[in-house]
Amino acid sequence: MTRYLFKSILQIVPVLFIISMLVFVLVRATGDPVALMLPESATEQDRIEMTEALGLNEPLYVQYGIFISNAIRGDFGISYHYGQQALPLVLERLPASIELAVVSMVISTLIAIPLGILSALKRNSYLDLIISGISVLGKAMPNFWVGIMLILFFSVMLGMFPVSGRGGLENMVLPAFTLGVGLAAQMTRMIRSTMLEILNQDYIRTARSKGIIEAIVVGKHAFRNGLISVVTIMSLQFTSLISGTLITETVFAWPGLGQLLVAAVNNKDMAIIQAAVLIIALLVIVINILTDVVYRLLDPRIKYN
Amino acid sequence: MTSSLLEVKQLKTIFSSENGDVPAVNDISFTVNPGETVAIVGESGCGKSATSLSIMGLITDPGKVIAGEVLFEGSDLLSLSKKKLNRYRGNKMSMIFQEPMTSLNPVFTIGNQISEVIRKHQRVDKETAIKKSVEMLERVGISNASKVIKQFPHQLSGGMRQRVMIAIALACMPKLLIADEPTTALDVTIQAQILDLIKHLSEQQNTGVLLITHDLGVVAEMADRVIVMYAGEIVEETTVEELFDNPKHPYTMGLLGSTPRLEVEQEMLEAIPGVVPDLTEMPSGCPFHPRCKYAIEACKLEKPALIEDFPDHFARCIRAKEGL
Ligand SMILES: Nc1ncnc2c1ncn2[C@@H]1O[C@H](COP(=O)(O)OP(=O)(O)OP(=O)(O)O)[C@@H](O)[C@H]1O
Ligand SMILES: [Mg+2]
Repeated sequence: MTRYLFKSILQIVPVLFIISMLVFVLVRATGDPVALMLPESATEQDRIEMTEALGLNEPLYVQYGIFISNAIRGDFGISYHYGQQALPLVLERLPASIELAVVSMVISTLIAIPLGILSALKRNSYLDLIISGISVLGKAMPNFWVGIMLILFFSVMLGMFPVSGRGGLENMVLPAFTLGVGLAAQMTRMIRSTMLEILNQDYIRTARSKGIIEAIVVGKHAFRNGLISVVTIMSLQFTSLISGTLITETVFAWPGLGQLLVAAVNNKDMAIIQAAVLIIALLVIVINILTDVVYRLLDPRIKYN
Repeated sequence: MTSSLLEVKQLKTIFSSENGDVPAVNDISFTVNPGETVAIVGESGCGKSATSLSIMGLITDPGKVIAGEVLFEGSDLLSLSKKKLNRYRGNKMSMIFQEPMTSLNPVFTIGNQISEVIRKHQRVDKETAIKKSVEMLERVGISNASKVIKQFPHQLSGGMRQRVMIAIALACMPKLLIADEPTTALDVTIQAQILDLIKHLSEQQNTGVLLITHDLGVVAEMADRVIVMYAGEIVEETTVEELFDNPKHPYTMGLLGSTPRLEVEQEMLEAIPGVVPDLTEMPSGCPFHPRCKYAIEACKLEKPALIEDFPDHFARCIRAKEGL
């Protein structure tokens, strides 16, 4: 296990290098930041000076060399838009994103595990049908709509939760539910089908033949095998949450990474884009390593090599 | 009457499918006495596993036991609550399955899986249960038991896994052991060892054994009585000596005639022309008549009953008395 961890952590470095090159090239390939930054009235002279000042007329590999040697030292350059160092701007947003992701995952898991198991156990019953219906609905409803409905009902009508912004737990409830509902819908369906498959396995029959109660057959023998798939989907959901909760963040004015990144793309704010993409990439890699570690803990058949 | 350990009466189990209900077990009755080994033989798909699973209460969707009684020491398991049934399963009666490779839970250690059944049925603490599990593994011939107890199923061979299954099944000293083709999935040398083990342990504890197999060599070796099944029904039942010396049903004769002792099942199957009928479209009259070389017109008309034409020898054939 330690060897595996060591190897995986070593692999982070080359992966980040490749991603840094890709994002560096892509950012420059998709438009000229100078044109965006200067006002309409700027002269050709202004444009040349600006390009010069930003070092944008050096050859690309020289620019990349400068970028990466600075980046290693934590300097991702100054954001054009904010006029501040990019990395702190990104890191400042990180806790909000992670917090929202974690809480929505918790909500989704707490909803999906019982519902998924229940509908597998009662397959083709009315209960199963109702749960399936709700899941389809949960997946079909767009986040912005769910978010707005929740705000209208719980904030505007009942005044239970704040409408927007980040702060205490009460600020978290609505955005986390907005995200959690969609995730739960997806996860419920996945758990249902996994559990159905597992409940047909020979070892479940063996467990029943031992005379242990059905709750243990399902809760221990079946669910413990199902957990492997639950972890898979949680990992996928978590990675997509880290970078992609823009709509929910916008609806609730949640100061997360998604908002920052999309604004940066619109502003051609190269430093922010580069810093944000690399930080997100790092997080995704770390989540994947953690997922692998959990797999190894859950499934003894995976070899420690 | 109550001296028998297991008494199955008119058991009927169906599987619902798109083409209608499949009567996998059709009106089956038999008895197993303490210490006795009763073998059920028959071709693949004739309902052997369905019979044993019905007895254990392990038939699941789309299957259903729709009629009959399973009397265990006089009480009908089919009418017991789940809770009461669970006091029998794994305790007074247990089962070894046909599929050793997949019958153990891949994510729990062997020790966990054996001690689970011990702790369920006996009031012992975890440590004692583990100690007992090691003992059980040693009894089923696993020498490095204290190591195996910490291993996971995938680390063991098929033969070892089946030994573990036997250890689980025998952990609470059952009075009845149902062994559903315990050796079919294993290679020949391991087969003999596993059968020896079952025989030895059942003699030691006076366990009744319901042994399911296709292999008449195994029957000759192990059984006291034999039940021959065809298409969900019993077609012949008698003692092992009588069956080998005096088979009455043409199907049994086919099985015997085509079995050079201890040969593999494949050859036995090929010697009887035709295949087992589709259980949803059974032929009229005797289900075996399309494959039977002795079939006469009357065989197509009416289904024969299981009749004791000779002492302690039942056959479901209208021509059995003729001495075919
Ligand atoms: N889960 C199931 N769903 C539908 N039909 C089933 C199911 N299990 C068994 N059957 C049907 O019941 C019949 C008897 O099956 P069973 O497994 O008892 O045969 P068997 O005698 O044990 O055969 P084998 O020697 O191959 O193990 C078969 O015709 C099969 O199609
Ligand atoms: Mg079978």
